[in-house]
Amino acid sequence: MTMQVERPKLTIWERTYLPQILHGLWLTLKHIPQRKFTRQYPEEKPPLHGAYRGAPTLVKDPEGRVKCVSCQLCEFVCPPKAIRITPRARPEDVPDANVEKEPEDFVIDMLRCIYCGYCEEVCPEEAIFLKQDFAIAGYTREELRFHKEKLLELGGVQPDSIWKWKFKGAPPLDAPGAPKREGAGRKG
Amino acid sequence: MAEQTVKLTIDGKEVAAPKGMNLIEAAKLAGIEVPHYCYHPKLAVVGNCRMCLVDVGMPKMGLDKKPEIGPDSKPVIMFGPKLTIGCNTSVAEGMVVHTRSPKVIKAREGVMEFLLINHPLDCPICDQAGECRLQEFSVDYGKGQSRFVEEKVHKPKKTEIGPKIMLDDERCILCSRCVRFMRDVAGQDCLGFVNRGSYSTLTCYPGMEPNTNYDLNITDICPVGALTANDFRFKQRVWFLKETKSVCPNCATGCNTVLWSREGVVHRQTPRDNDAVNQCWMCDSGRLHYKFINDPHRITTPTVKSSAMGERLALTWPEATRQIAEKLMPLKGKGSTIAAIGTARATTEELFLFNKLMREILGAELVDCVPHVGEADKFLLDADRNPNTNGAKLTGVAGEPIGSRIPAIAEAIKSGKIKTLIVHGENVVKYGVTEELLAKLDLLVVIDTLPNKVTELAHYVLPGATFAEKRGTFINARNRLQRLNAAIPSPGIARPEWQTFAALLNELGGDGGYLTIEDVFADMARLLAPLAGLNLSKIGDLGVELKPATETKGEAKTESTAAAGAKT
Repeated sequence: MTMQVERPKLTIWERTYLPQILHGLWLTLKHIPQRKFTRQYPEEKPPLHGAYRGAPTLVKDPEGRVKCVSCQLCEFVCPPKAIRITPRARPEDVPDANVEKEPEDFVIDMLRCIYCGYCEEVCPEEAIFLKQDFAIAGYTREELRFHKEKLLELGGVQPDSIWKWKFKGAPPLDAPGAPKREGAGRKG
Repeated sequence: MAEQTVKLTIDGKEVAAPKGMNLIEAAKLAGIEVPHYCYHPKLAVVGNCRMCLVDVGMPKMGLDKKPEIGPDSKPVIMFGPKLTIGCNTSVAEGMVVHTRSPKVIKAREGVMEFLLINHPLDCPICDQAGECRLQEFSVDYGKGQSRFVEEKVHKPKKTEIGPKIMLDDERCILCSRCVRFMRDVAGQDCLGFVNRGSYSTLTCYPGMEPNTNYDLNITDICPVGALTANDFRFKQRVWFLKETKSVCPNCATGCNTVLWSREGVVHRQTPRDNDAVNQCWMCDSGRLHYKFINDPHRITTPTVKSSAMGERLALTWPEATRQIAEKLMPLKGKGSTIAAIGTARATTEELFLFNKLMREILGAELVDCVPHVGEADKFLLDADRNPNTNGAKLTGVAGEPIGSRIPAIAEAIKSGKIKTLIVHGENVVKYGVTEELLAKLDLLVVIDTLPNKVTELAHYVLPGATFAEKRGTFINARNRLQRLNAAIPSPGIARPEWQTFAALLNELGGDGGYLTIEDVFADMARLLAPLAGLNLSKIGDLGVELKPATETKGEAKTESTAAAGAKT
């Protein structure tokens, strides 16, 4: 059913459009001194919640050593199968040879990653963390398959209290200044 | 009565077990698991892990040497003050066993706690993780938390036990399975424990180390990650691997195996229980004989020699089949100019089709397989290194003895009588058919998996599939028909040889029509008496014993009628 709409009867003053233009100008002028709401992204980054789940990265311990021992649990738990690890034995001549195993390569396909955080949750060595990077872009698919070096660069250093590397000769638990060990009898 | 049985009650379930059986096995009959570490069904009982402790009671005997009957009109059961190990307790009439009573549960928790005191928390890097009895039983029977706050005892983490095995002393729970295996099964008494208490350590006797062909079995029976095979160490976590039941193609024994693969790559081969063939062991040479599957040089596509310079042109399968069939078609009926060398490393189905193609369709007379002979040992390894010699004999491809016609083939090529040679999976240059002879041929068709001198000279090269990539059967030295399963896909467009032979048969006017491996087997079972009435699913995982071919020749008809009767 068609409905007839009555056109409003405008006065001559109104038909000059000037009142509307002046009203618009006034509205704009009114907002200029007010607080800005627009963020200048990408120059200005949004503040993220501490629990924000961005790109997964590999971290190093405070002494600059790779924490990952390539147990491949993250590879197993990863729902979109974005992680691929190539394990290898640690060479005999490195100072921390007692750790025995390390990743030869560690690939996360950022195009597959769904940022669920399962890898961080499952990691027994606390070696993988979801950082706050969210804008990951590249020109090719290969560029977005992050390898070990890139992941370590993104991850940086994670301060922690796991004593995997220097168990022997470590100060006893009650020594002053000894870092708190997680769980009694923990060796890991 | 062949075997005396006794009746006992395990967790309220009545079990009839053969006399002399121990309680772990009897409980298994009832579907009850008694956790254990040191006990192994194929090894001597030592009873040192104490994990299989169970509560055992016997009927109280009255003065008349009859069980005393209680007020509930059931025999009175007397339980011992202490628990008993299940592995070293034989079943007895009227025995009552509790495997899940509070007392037993508490004892197991205690045993687990002791085992875990010095056990490192290595699981993230331990190759055994995922198939570790200590992990499994910790979850199922452990306390769930540790009360141990002291320093763990540290032992060497990387000790070589022979060239093939790495020992992590910290992980060892001193069950002594490896010690008993090396002493009793492998026949080289070379492992033992030194030091006492928490410092006990597995070690080799001075100046000795395991160097038999069966060493790697100790990595299978090790319930924890103490003994790991260097071949598999740090390669893959077991939970990624797909298990495919297969048969070892290294010798005529045909040990039952499991192929562990991930994404088309076989990572290890382990033995599978079959008391009729290999119990639960296999030799190291067979176990490590899987690497050619993953060889980067595998032939992946059919090729034709396009010039005298040896350049090769890739072909599609239909094109390759058509071209070869075109060349073979005019030779039909001129069988005396054709020779064929098959391989007893192929499946019975492939040999059957090979024989049909060469003898029946092309009429070739000079058809044979190449013998591979090595040294036998007294345990599993057979001198015949062909896994399917009996299959080759049954289908008629192999001569008697196998390989006896090879010199005749070489001679006939030399004299120019044979102009066409078809070779399947054998580097015949090593066996008397020299390069000069091969160069004389008008047509050389080779079906193989890896490049060699013969594939270099061949006019047509067709890619084949390894044992891990196809279904089919082998007949072992004891005439046992065993089944292979495909674990991984073939590289490129390579395909199982039976498909290649079936396609050629079709083109050359054989009745063909083989679409699946089941079709091939059905035809084979129809024509070959010892296989009558069988099909691939009837063979099962453990295989079936065939009657010797000589015995069955006369009774082919009766067998097939019996099979037909069984079908209806």
